[in-house]
Order: sequence, then structure tokens, then C-alpha cells
Amino acid sequence: MSTSTDKIQEIVDKAYAYGFVTEIEADTIPKGLNEEIVRTISLKKGEPAWLLEWRLKAYRHWLTMEEPRWQNVHYPPIDYQAIRYYSAPKVKVNPNSLDEIDPELKRTYEKLGISLQEQERLSGVAVDAVFDSVSVATTFKEKLLELGIIFSSFSEAVKEHPELVRKYLGSVVPYTDNYFATLNSAVFSDGSFVYVPRGVRCPMELSTYFRINASETGQFERTLIVAEEGSYVSYLEGCTAPMRDENQLHAAVVELVALDRAQIKYSTVQNWYPGDKDGKGGIYNFVTKRGKCAGIASKISWTQVETGSAITWKYPSCILLGDDSVGEFYSVAVTNNYQQADTGTKMIHIGKNTRSTIISKGISAGHGQNTYRGLVKIQKSARNARNYSQCDSLLIGDRCGAHTFPYIEVKNPTAQMEHEATTSKIGDDQLFYCNQRGIPTEDAVSMIVNGFAREVLRELPMEFAVEAQKLLGVSLEGSVG
Amino acid sequence: MLEIKNLHANVDGREILHGIDLNIRAGEVHALMGPNGSGKSTLSQVLAGRDTYEVTEGSVTYLGRDLLAMKPEERAHLGVFLAFQYPVEIPGVNNTYFLKAALNANRKARGEDPLDAMDFLKLVREKVKLVELDEDLINRPVNEGFSGGEKKRNEIFQMAVLEPKFAVLDETDSGLDIDALKIVANGVNALRGPERAMLVITHYQRLLNHIVPDFVHVLSEGRIVASGGKELALKLEQEGYGWLEAGARQ
Repeated sequence: MSTSTDKIQEIVDKAYAYGFVTEIEADTIPKGLNEEIVRTISLKKGEPAWLLEWRLKAYRHWLTMEEPRWQNVHYPPIDYQAIRYYSAPKVKVNPNSLDEIDPELKRTYEKLGISLQEQERLSGVAVDAVFDSVSVATTFKEKLLELGIIFSSFSEAVKEHPELVRKYLGSVVPYTDNYFATLNSAVFSDGSFVYVPRGVRCPMELSTYFRINASETGQFERTLIVAEEGSYVSYLEGCTAPMRDENQLHAAVVELVALDRAQIKYSTVQNWYPGDKDGKGGIYNFVTKRGKCAGIASKISWTQVETGSAITWKYPSCILLGDDSVGEFYSVAVTNNYQQADTGTKMIHIGKNTRSTIISKGISAGHGQNTYRGLVKIQKSARNARNYSQCDSLLIGDRCGAHTFPYIEVKNPTAQMEHEATTSKIGDDQLFYCNQRGIPTEDAVSMIVNGFAREVLRELPMEFAVEAQKLLGVSLEGSVG
Repeated sequence: MLEIKNLHANVDGREILHGIDLNIRAGEVHALMGPNGSGKSTLSQVLAGRDTYEVTEGSVTYLGRDLLAMKPEERAHLGVFLAFQYPVEIPGVNNTYFLKAALNANRKARGEDPLDAMDFLKLVREKVKLVELDEDLINRPVNEGFSGGEKKRNEIFQMAVLEPKFAVLDETDSGLDIDALKIVANGVNALRGPERAMLVITHYQRLLNHIVPDFVHVLSEGRIVASGGKELALKLEQEGYGWLEAGARQ
């Protein structure tokens, strides 16, 4: 291999900047999983009986399930008895004001570039900060409530809006859905809840920032977003974790419900610790995300930039139930070193004139393995459904891999389907061309990768787009030679 | 400005250049001609710093410095420009964005402030006229979907914006029809000046009717076998390369 390929590798290998650990006393429960643990979690959260019952049903169902093996990722068996299912910082949860938050926690979020200080209104982003198993702060709550928008931690929503939670919890991802979603249903600890009332356009970006801190602990959070008729909300999620030698499990569930003419835009910048350059440690990111376009002309749009995690395995999907509803999926997934990703989407067309767009960009470097897996299903009822899919792969170096598995099922002959796929390589030619014009290799790689991912990045809200661009550059640092 | 002494270069262990000597002073335009496989493109790539070529012997001094010790981007920062024979496509990267990044990387290396968006746009508007390139084209991804002629014009456009001190034009005329050839030549001629030197590599004499060189050199089997004024090109056009190759082997 030429020296420029080695240089790409070097650029890809840049260190993970969020790998620090916060020293904070934690309220934890023993490792392992049994009914008692499920009851303990529910008790700690002071939940109503119906929710405990739901958890227990999920747990009992989980016991009957087998861990799936069909995915194109490889990892040693997970010992579910060696995981701690609950860990919360020993501080006042749900403080009355931001001043009551533990200074150590505040510093942690400052180090991560997340402002919990509401006075920094310029940022224009409301944040729910989830630390291990609990939400430690939610900003801009009162201001949003003036418009009738509920933005709170999941635990709080269970207490304050039980009727809403009960109505929609599990309505998109039932507790029987799949191995990891079922596990989550049994042991989920916190997450975010958003409710946007009829006709309201949420004036700011809502975001949740997930942080795993405690060791040997899994994070199982749930997010539920309900957009009533004619409403609009844009929601962002970000994630980081300390650098540790062991693998940690993150099995989240996200449910979105869009009623008539409602729009939900859900963006993720996932930067969990990816493991070291030899593939040791890192997060297993096994997440179920699904949105239901329940109403006519509703729209759900997923945008994800996946740069972290040892293994990423998720398919943010749309059920296009309402007539004229629209589903979109824009994804950039980077795998470097020994990272693996098996990600894509499912678009289930049920209503008439439903449309979906899939743009997937996979970037593989080092020994990274990147798989796009997607299902487009046109049900018999979905007259005049349309789908456009585009899957592009970019390879950096010659030890990585890109795989594409598009599944298409059409049961209505009026459907229009388009699928395009390309695979390209950052060539020595491209790098030399940039170098010759005076652009150093590191900048050239970042430029080429960002160019490749451009169609997805432009879907991100402004605040995140810049961060995502930088992140792409950093994730690939050291990947070129 | 540029002094090449006894330059030997290999690719994959095979020697392509067998000792090149060439002096180029500021303000001069040199043409390098020769049949296919004579080493013309190898020389251009070696001068630009492509690492697939290995220099085994000899030296290249540029503005008093050891050119061969520098990385490609460092050479660019000092004003070396190569108009590629096969310009490279970079999907998704806007042509003007690319050029602005290049210009500002060069300016930074020279200790100058970066050009802001407004000033850069002004510069682009001015230079794009030189090569009559469609303004629409300069905002498309770098070379993607460009015709052969558009790619070549884009190279000269980039040269005009970057204002190099020493430019190598590697078969910029190949694949151009006569109208495009004239446009490219006009662009190049507009950039000629007392501070700038050029090495124009071509297979055909045709280009040299439009870009009139001060010196012509003939490369054959990795050696310069003849040097002269612009009339040498005409002689080659009439008599071919045969008489020189025969001479080279003796």
C-alpha cells in the first residue's frame, strides 16, 4: 500500500475525546437479571402498578426468546447476569432548579459541551440530560409548557402524565417486538418524553444527551414522542461514554407517533466509545427505533450520523399507515478500526400514496465492517406507493468491508420503486490531487468524506451539522496513510 | 527557478527516467515533447511529488530549495502547480469550495490571511472568464460529470485562481477539439508573465501554435535527446520522432 493509505489510517486513528469518567457516588443495584431486579427498578422509580405489570410481562416474554444471530456483526456471547441494570448518581433527581444539580454532574456536561445553564439561551436547544439510568436535568421545561409542549424525563412523565404514557407506550414497538426491545421493556430506567399538542410548532430543537458513566452497567432508555394533529417537532439525540476495556450494552427503544399532518424530525449523532484501535472495549449499540405515521399526510424523518460504538445494530423505521404519509431515512455510518455496523431502515407502506426516501452512506476504514440492511414493504392496501433508495459505500484502505442487503417486498402493482447503490474508494489519486493543490491529507480526507456524506449532513439541524462534520473528520483521523 | 540534474526515477522497480537535465528560468515557457512512453508524465508526477515514483539519483532545485525533499502540498505552497492529464473527480465536494480550501491552505502556508467568501467570489468571477467556463460548472462537485474538455478547462481555471510560480501542464491539449484548445491556450497565455515559468508537456505540435514556447525539448526513452527553439517542434511535426530515437540509441 502506498504511503497515502497509511496516512489515511493515521487520520482515522485519532483518540476519542469523551472517554473520561466522572467520580460520583452512585446508587446501584446488584448485577444480574431476575424478576426481583425488575421489581426493584420499578420500585426505585415509584411506578404505578400497571407499569410494573407491563415490565414483568416483557421480562417473562424475554425469557422465552433467543438472541438473534442473523445480523452481519460478530461478538462473543453477552452474559446478561453480569450486567448491572440500574445505576444512578446519588444526588437529588429532578431538582427544582438547575442550581440544585450536583456540580460534578454539571462539570461533566460542560466538558461534553452540553449546556445545562438555561441562561445560555443563544443555543436555542432544550436539553434532557440522561446520566446512566436517570435523567438529571431538563432545560426550558417551563417555557415549553407555556405552549402546551411536554418535554420531560420518562420517569417524570409516568408520574405527571400517566394517561399519555399508558396510551402510547408500546404502541409502536410492542414489548414482544424483538429480543433487545423486550429486554428494554423489562428494565428500562429513564429516557425522554415529548408531547406536542395539536397545531403547535415546537419553537426550539429538543434534545436528549445520553451519557454512560458507571462501569459494567447497561443503559436501557426509552424515548417516546407524540406529535398531535398538525404539530411539528425536531428532536436531537447525542451520546458519549467513557473509554473502558469491557464492552457495555446500550439497548434503547424509541417510539414516535405522528398524527394527522404532524411532522417529526428525529436526528441522532451517535458517538459512543467505539473501542480502541485493536477492537478492545466499546459500546454495543443495539437499539430499536420506530415511528408510526398514524395520521394522514404525516411525516417522520430519521437522520443519523453513527460514528461511535464497537457495534451498531439498528434500523430506524417508519410505518406509513396514514394515507399520503411520508417516511425518510438519512444515514451516515462510519466504521473504523474493528468497529462493526449493521444498520438501515424499514419502510412499511400501508396507506395510499405513501412515499419513502432512503439515503444511506456507509464509510469503512481500518478493519471496519459496514452493512446496510433495509426493507421496503408495500402492502396490498398501499396504492401508488413510492420509494427511492440510495445506498453508497466509501472504502478507505483495503482491509475494510462494505455490504448491502436491500429487501424489497411489493404486494401492490401500482408501486414505484427505485434503488441505486454505489461503492467507491478514497483513492490515492484523489488525495494526491488535493495535496497537489496545497490541501494537506488530513483535510483532504475530511473533505472527501464530508462530500460523500453531504446529502445526509444537510438534513441535520444547523447546530448539529457543524458538530457532525467535525466528528466525521475526527472519527477517521489516522485512517489515511 | 527550476534546476533538474541527472534525474533518475523508477516506478515499480523499473527505471523510467534515465538522467534528465533541465533548467527553467522565471518567465520562460518550455515545451516537452516526445512519443508515448518516453517518460513525459513520469517527469510531471515526480516534480509534483507523487509517491508511486521513486527518485533513485539526481536532484531538483526549486527556488534554491531541494524540491524532492518536500511533500506534494509543500511544493504547492511554494507555487508548484500541475495541470493533470486526467483530472480527478471528487463527488459531493463543490468545485469552488475545493478551490477556496486550496487557495487558503496555500495562503496560510505563506503566512497570509485567508480570503473571505466575498473576496474569493470576486476572484473566481474574474478568473472564470479566462477559460470561458460555465459558472454553473464551477459550483458542481469537482470534475464530476464534466466532459473531457471541461475538465481540462477546469484545471486551467484552478491554475488561474491559485497563481502558481511554476506550472506543469501535462497533455492539457489531449482530448480537446480546436475551439476548446484555443480557449485553453488563451487562458494559459493570459497567465504568462515574467515571474512565472511553465513546462508544457504535449504529444502534438498543434498546441504550440497557440502557446508559443521559448524552448522545446524532446524526451525519448527517459532522456532529453534534443533541445532547441520553437522551430524544433515544427521539425518534429514534419519528420516524426524516428530520427531522434535512432540518435538516442547510438
